[in-house]
Amino acid sequence: MSHCRPSVTKPRLAVEFAGLKLKNPLMPASGTFGYGEEFAPYLDLDQMGAIVTKGLSLNPKAGNPTPRIAETVSGMLNAIGLQNVGVEAFIRDKMPFLEQFDTPVVVNFFGNTQVEYAEVAARLNDVPGVAALEMNISCPNVKHGGIVFGTDPKAAFDVIAKVRKRLDKPLIVKLTPNVTDIRVTAQAAEDAGADVISLINTLTGMAVDVRTRRPRIANVIGGLSGPGIRPVAVRMTHQVVQTVKIPVIGIGGIMRAEDALEFLIVGARAVQVGTANFVDPNAMQTILDGIESFCIEQGIEDINDLIGTLEL
Amino acid sequence: MKNLQTIVLSNQEISPGYFRMRILAPGYQKMALPGQFVMFRVRRSLPPLLRRPFGIFQIGFLPADCEGMAEKEFVELIYKVVGSGTEVMSELHHGDRIELLGPLGRGFDLDDADGDKILVGGGIGLVPLYMLAASLKDRSKTRLLIGGRSREDIITVTEFERLGVTTHVTTEDGSLGEEGLITRILERKLDKYPGARVYSCGPMPMLRAVEAICSERKVPLQVSLEALMACGVGACLGCVVKGRNHSEQNPEYLCTCRKGPVFHSHELDWDRLHQKNMEQGESS
Ligand SMILES: Cc1cc2nc3c(=O)[nH]c(=O)nc-3n(C[C@H](O)[C@H](O)[C@H](O)COP(=O)(O)OP(=O)(O)OC[C@H]3O[C@@H](n4cnc5c(N)ncnc54)[C@H](O)[C@@H]3O)c2cc1C
Ligand SMILES: Cc1cc2nc3c(=O)[nH]c(=O)nc-3n(C[C@H](O)[C@H](O)[C@H](O)COP(=O)(O)O)c2cc1C
Ligand code: FES
Repeated sequence: MSHCRPSVTKPRLAVEFAGLKLKNPLMPASGTFGYGEEFAPYLDLDQMGAIVTKGLSLNPKAGNPTPRIAETVSGMLNAIGLQNVGVEAFIRDKMPFLEQFDTPVVVNFFGNTQVEYAEVAARLNDVPGVAALEMNISCPNVKHGGIVFGTDPKAAFDVIAKVRKRLDKPLIVKLTPNVTDIRVTAQAAEDAGADVISLINTLTGMAVDVRTRRPRIANVIGGLSGPGIRPVAVRMTHQVVQTVKIPVIGIGGIMRAEDALEFLIVGARAVQVGTANFVDPNAMQTILDGIESFCIEQGIEDINDLIGTLEL
Repeated sequence: MKNLQTIVLSNQEISPGYFRMRILAPGYQKMALPGQFVMFRVRRSLPPLLRRPFGIFQIGFLPADCEGMAEKEFVELIYKVVGSGTEVMSELHHGDRIELLGPLGRGFDLDDADGDKILVGGGIGLVPLYMLAASLKDRSKTRLLIGGRSREDIITVTEFERLGVTTHVTTEDGSLGEEGLITRILERKLDKYPGARVYSCGPMPMLRAVEAICSERKVPLQVSLEALMACGVGACLGCVVKGRNHSEQNPEYLCTCRKGPVFHSHELDWDRLHQKNMEQGESS
């Protein structure tokens, strides 16, 4: 890597892609940040690059029975089952709060059918405060809840193309890592009209309580997240960046600044922080401060000068 | 509620497997309400990854180190070592750095009704009842019924007595107090004081039994629940319990961390309340 002389001026952290202007490349990962308000007591939401909501569906969704979470070595399993208030209640009850901030709102959404996906997208397309949509084609938790779409490149292409037709706002497609070759789905997403790819969603996993001999979560299989999945996520981000021309957002196990920097160096234009928000509601601010210190220490004046600088 | 980066003041084993930890906690005196909890984390430790939820036993002041300095506000937790997280906690000493998120959740609803109050605790479930007892004892006759497996599981009873609370102890093996289950005493007390209000915290089977007794007699009951928690702030939706009006068509999942941990018993769906695994794994 090139050695620049150290600078003491504040580094520029703003990034811009697909029509999105972010103050910095840091945003929460869907489902780990509620609808934003849960974190307002701990974090200045104006400091975030963007706010990403819990995944929304056309109708409210109950989610799975409990237990829904289990801690694992360096991570956690979850099978929340995409519990959410539904798109109408979101627009009515949650959006006014989010609009107060000078921070782009990215709404994550999903459906059980192509029609449902397209309907939610069309509904959100009309909501002024929504900067972009993130399409979850990958949640492993709910039967029919995206697994079919995200693991089959043809099904992924079809549903993304349907959504694309109904949406003028930027479309981020969030990939599932539970496939043999992530490059194939990434290519399908780009071909279908995605503006941005984000990855990874959780890896499917399972844990057993040896005393009761029962699965530790009621849904039996859950999604693994947290620091343990980071090497998988960095690898897949790297592969996808090398495959598609559209911008990529890296997600998976980011706990501290160095973790976020790994993704940026392999070429992600932004990153999302998930499980770390549970461990510390202030995590994103700490990571942001750490990125800034890193840039100062390394003499990086603009974060864009770091993105995609992996030395091979 | 905030995330406090602070230190352990003391950490002592008060009964085999039970520890009492005092933590420096500026601001808690003003903020903490009976029944609230904190999310505890050993600073910069991995593992365990997630914070652990603990009820607040009490808050208080220590004299200043020297004249002119402020008194030290502290919060006290009492915990039982049951797994990796509590084991790490049990090895902490004075001065060790930890983080405390809180105070969190909805505590006991302290309505103004005077009249008899009965607190029912099972084992470590007595923790949130201490601050409650302290706030009730001046306006009502308050009784504590505390049950456990054995005498080691009966902790801090004398402190309740010092508050002026009448205490009744049962153990399953008869090693302390009356032999048997605490619910038997509850029935006896309710026969005598049918207008009492009941507040309870403990293992799920005990809470179920307490609920059955109270609902049959139409006695108002508040319960403090435990649930698996990842965040403590309402974001992960891991800690939900089914509400009274829950159905598949109209799901009503309540976050234990925000709507609870204390619920009025009529808010809950007692038939389908809780995660089976946790009931099985319950040890106290
Ligand atoms: C609101 C609330 C208040 C609590 N107050 C107290 C208290 O005052 N004293 C006390 O000793 N314990 C209390 N508990 C239970 C305490 O949180 C668990 O005993 C503790 O998390 C176990 O952690 P571990 O790593 O030792 O056990 P492990 O079994 O290794 O933990 C694995 C995971 O399961 C979770 N877990 C395990 N048992 C429980 C449980 N019973 N309830 C909730 N989560 C659990 C842990 O947090 C962790 O995520 C409370 C729980 C809640 C929800
Ligand atoms: C409790 C929980 C709920 C989640 N809910 C969603 C969701 O609704 N939609 C979605 O696209 N991803 C969801 N995810 C996946 C995260 O957004 C993220 O992709 C994943 O957790 C990996 O990042 P991490 O290791 O930083 O947590 C959820 C993750 C967790 C842990
Ligand atoms: S513990 Fe996360 S929502 Fe309650």
